[in-house]
This record gives sequence, structure tokens and C-alpha cells, in this order.
Amino acid sequence: MSRETFRIGFLPLVDAALPILARELGYAADENVDIQLVRDMTWATVRDRLLYGHTDAAHLIAPLAIATALGRDRPPVDLAVPFVLGLNGNAVTFSTALAKEVGLETTLGDPAAIGEALRTVALARKTSRLLRFGVVHRYSSHNYMLRYWLAGVGIRPDEDVEIIVTSPPFAADALAAGEVDGICVGEPWNSVAVDRGVGHIALATAQIWRRGVEKVLAMRTAVADERRDAVLALIRALHKAAAHFVDPDAAEDCAAILARSEYLDAPKDAVLRAITDHIRIVPGGEPVHYPDFMFQYREAANFPWRSQAAWLYSQMTRWDGLSYSPGDAKAAAGVFRPDLYRAALAGSGAPLPGASSKLEGGLEGPTGAGSTQGRLMLGSDRFFDGRAFDPDDIEGYLAELP
Amino acid sequence: MRIAIIDTSATRAAIICEGLREAGIDDLILIDTAEPLLRQIEESRPEVVLVNLENPSRDMLEDFFAMSRALARPIAMFVDQSDAETTSAAIDAGVSAYVIDGLSKQRIKPVIDLAIRRFQAFSRLQRELEEAKSALADRAAIDRAKAIVMKRRQIDEPAAYALLRGQAMRTNRRIADIAEAIITSEELMGDQP
Repeated sequence: MSRETFRIGFLPLVDAALPILARELGYAADENVDIQLVRDMTWATVRDRLLYGHTDAAHLIAPLAIATALGRDRPPVDLAVPFVLGLNGNAVTFSTALAKEVGLETTLGDPAAIGEALRTVALARKTSRLLRFGVVHRYSSHNYMLRYWLAGVGIRPDEDVEIIVTSPPFAADALAAGEVDGICVGEPWNSVAVDRGVGHIALATAQIWRRGVEKVLAMRTAVADERRDAVLALIRALHKAAAHFVDPDAAEDCAAILARSEYLDAPKDAVLRAITDHIRIVPGGEPVHYPDFMFQYREAANFPWRSQAAWLYSQMTRWDGLSYSPGDAKAAAGVFRPDLYRAALAGSGAPLPGASSKLEGGLEGPTGAGSTQGRLMLGSDRFFDGRAFDPDDIEGYLAELP
Repeated sequence: MRIAIIDTSATRAAIICEGLREAGIDDLILIDTAEPLLRQIEESRPEVVLVNLENPSRDMLEDFFAMSRALARPIAMFVDQSDAETTSAAIDAGVSAYVIDGLSKQRIKPVIDLAIRRFQAFSRLQRELEEAKSALADRAAIDRAKAIVMKRRQIDEPAAYALLRGQAMRTNRRIADIAEAIITSEELMGDQP
């Protein structure tokens, strides 16, 4: 069988690690797949290259894959997500001035308490200039995580503060220039802001939702259908790269590869901290260990749960001001393709969940889950406010949200 | 039809404007990328926004167009997406267009086609400029190397050049590369015989 090539679009972020490592460390070659990487600076460009066939697949923010399939803001294109490239790994970073005003500590604090303090500041600002936060795209998990937290502590995201869009590589600049008072962005850009002395990390997004779906591997459904065998091989290569990525002994090497100019073009030290869950919160401070800051591989983290897509759809409905549509909900959940994940990893020893959907946010601690292959334990997946999301009752969930 | 042009390269923006004017479209707004983009767009109320694919503000623009109250519910797209050929050509050339909903395909198509040709013309110009620059650099290196060889071997210019060319031919390398090697060696060895 001749070697198949996948051109994969990505943005310079730590969670673009798996396609990069699969290429650099030979996991792709082992599966007879050739990965070529195409770097861009904005999510709009990554998506456009994917839609028009410049790339075969992309490192993409999960909600953007869903919005594209649903035809939000543009004609719909069917997309398939057979693999999740990682959970969480983002943070909310305040400008040093806002951090001082809110009274942030030098360790990661309680999301509810920080939110309470932020609310006082935000409401006091309403008479002058609204507090302004930057997220990486309107259809980003960052936007939804930030809004979920703000709304949960009584701050109305569209009235009490402003939320604007800035691409990840420019988020630290926007903070430095005073264009925004806070950013919600992926690594290493929070750490870059801290190291430049312009930011103070307020929260890890893992504190908002312990197992939040983040970047995904997205491709046109037509590609997934026409090149099914090669796609399955690509999934296996990415899964092996994920196993390597969580090996503590490999962290230094992985960070060195990712930091290179053709990939993240970022300081290796900042990349290494993100990989090892050690986060420098304040300029000049000692990195703090926050387990699960960036979650990868374990607990079938790369499995595309349809319920994760459904949660993102619920937030999209909530913040786009549209009413719930059972058809859209079904289409959104259908973008995630656990069937392809299972087909790729059957017989590999990787744990395969028996179900394709689960209650999100319902687990307090390690719990066994039904699996058709291997033993699957799931850790806490709590939302900071203790709510759980039942994908079979999105309407009921939406009605209960503030 | 009013068109706003956002480009990080002022030269490329000028080339596009010139082309559009030649085609009789003269209601053009050049957006100053050093100033806040959104306010300028809001004030100029264009029907089409042309932007290069690599522009770092595209995510922000998309958000703006989706939210915009100033423009009447525009949609972000490259022409009509059913016209795959034009769209693909636009992407290849590196141009992205945000077109207001309802603007007919017949009206926008020539603009996009023209923008594509102008983008291609710009990259050709840039390539030629690079080539010219590198040819100049080559010439300078060869001249320096010749001077070194002339001094070291006490020979005249044609002989020095013949020596360089002979070495290039024997080793299957460019004369400019041989010249670079001689210069490097001279810098390292200095005046040592």
C-alpha cells in the first residue's frame, strides 16, 4: 500500500502537539502515513484551508467544527471529528492591574471566590469603561468556558463586560497593549504573558470544567469517507503520539520539538511548563503544579464523546441567542465520530468506551465506566458550579442556566 | 460598489486599488492597519471587504461581521461558495473576501477575479524582487572574491574570474557559492599566507 499524505493545518499552540509529534517521532511513518503541517495565525484561515481542500485535516477548536457543520455565519459544510486532540490546557489571564484590583493570590484560587471579587470590579467599571476580555474566536471553547464562569458568578457576559476576539499568538500582545483586561487563551500564550510581566493567571480552564473538550482533529466528512483506511491509520498514529506525550521522561524532548520556529516558535521553558502541568501564575513566581491542567491520553481523553459536542451546542444556542433546535442538536452531536475512533483502535489495547455519550460533569472521583475493550476509569469531570449536563435533556439544562 | 481593502502590505493594497480603479470601480477605502480596524470599517460602510488570508485580524473581523449592527447582517464568505473554482483560486492567491449578504454573484465575481489576479501579480513582483536582490548579492560576492584571488595570486581580473568559473564547473556549484566560500575563508584566515 502506498503511503498516504495528510496535510494538517494548525495554530502555534501546545495542544497542536499530537500531529507534530506523530510526524517528528515517526508514529505517522509507522502507520504508513505522511503528515505535512501547515501553520496559520488565525482560526478563520485554518478553517478556510480545510473547507477548500488546501488541507486534508485540521487542528481546530471544537465549537468551530460544529458551527461550520451547522452553517453558522456561512453555508454549512459537513465535518467529521474522529479524534479529540486534548482536554483543557487553557487559562484565564488578567492584566497585572486587574489582578491587583481583584486581589488575586499567587496560587490558583477558587473560581467562585475569584468570580465574586471580579463581579464587584466589573460592576464598578460599568460607569466608565467596561472590563474587556479577549477570546480566540467567537466559536471557541475559550469563549464558552469564560462565559460559563462569568455567568455562573453573576456577571452577564454581554452586558457587564465586553468580550472581543483576538488570535492566540496576539493575545499576550493585546494584554500588554492594554487593549484587553484579560484573556482566555491556550498555552503557551498565557505563560508568555506572565513571563513578559504583563499578566497574572487567574484560573486554569480545567477549574471551570475539569474535563472540558478542547482541540479536535477535524476533516471534511467526504475525506473521512473516501480515505477511511488512511484516516484510521492517522488516528492510530495520533493515539501513539498521545501516549508518548504523557510520558514524563519525554517531556523535555517534546517541549524542544514544539518550541521550534516552524511549529510554535515560542520559549521552550513556557511550553515545558504547560506539558508538565506546572504553571507560573505571577511574573517571577515559582511554577505551581496543577494536575490535569492539560489533559491527554489517559481515561480515553481522545475519545470524541457525542455528549461533549452536545454541551458545546448548548452553549452555542445560549450565547448566539437562538432557540434550541432538536435537528441542530442532533447534527452537532453527529459531528463527533466515535465510530471512527473505535474502528481505528479496535484490537490495539486502548480502552474503548461502550457508550458514545455520557452525563457530563456528573463524576466526583474515579469511577469505572463500561467499555468494550480494556478497562476504563474516569476521573472527576465536575463543572465549578456543580451542575451536570444531560445530553438527552439540553432544553431542561438551558432553562436552568443563569 | 464600495470596497474596503485591508492588507498588511501597503504595496499590495496599492496594487489592488490600482487594478480596481482601472476596472472602473473607484469607491475604494484603504483601511489603515495601524489604526483600529473596526471603527474604520464601521465608518466607511463597505459592501465588500477584501483582506489577505494571512491577515492576523481575520478572527476579529469575522466576529465583527457576525455581530455588526453598522452593516446589515453581512455574511463572511468567499464569493458564492457554490462557485468552487473561483473560491479555490482565491484561496490559492491568498485573498479572502467578506461580502454582504444579498450582493449578487454577478456583481461580486469580477471584483474577486480581479483581486485574485492582482494578488498573483503582487507575488510575482515580490518573487522578481527577491531574485533581483539575490542576483545583486551574488554579483557583490563574486566581485569581492575576484579581488581576493587577484591579490593572493597576483593575477588580473579575467584570470581570477576564469579561476572561479573553472572551479564552479569542476565541482558542479554556482560561481556565487564558490565566491562565498573564498570570502568566508578569507575572513577566517585573514592575512595568513
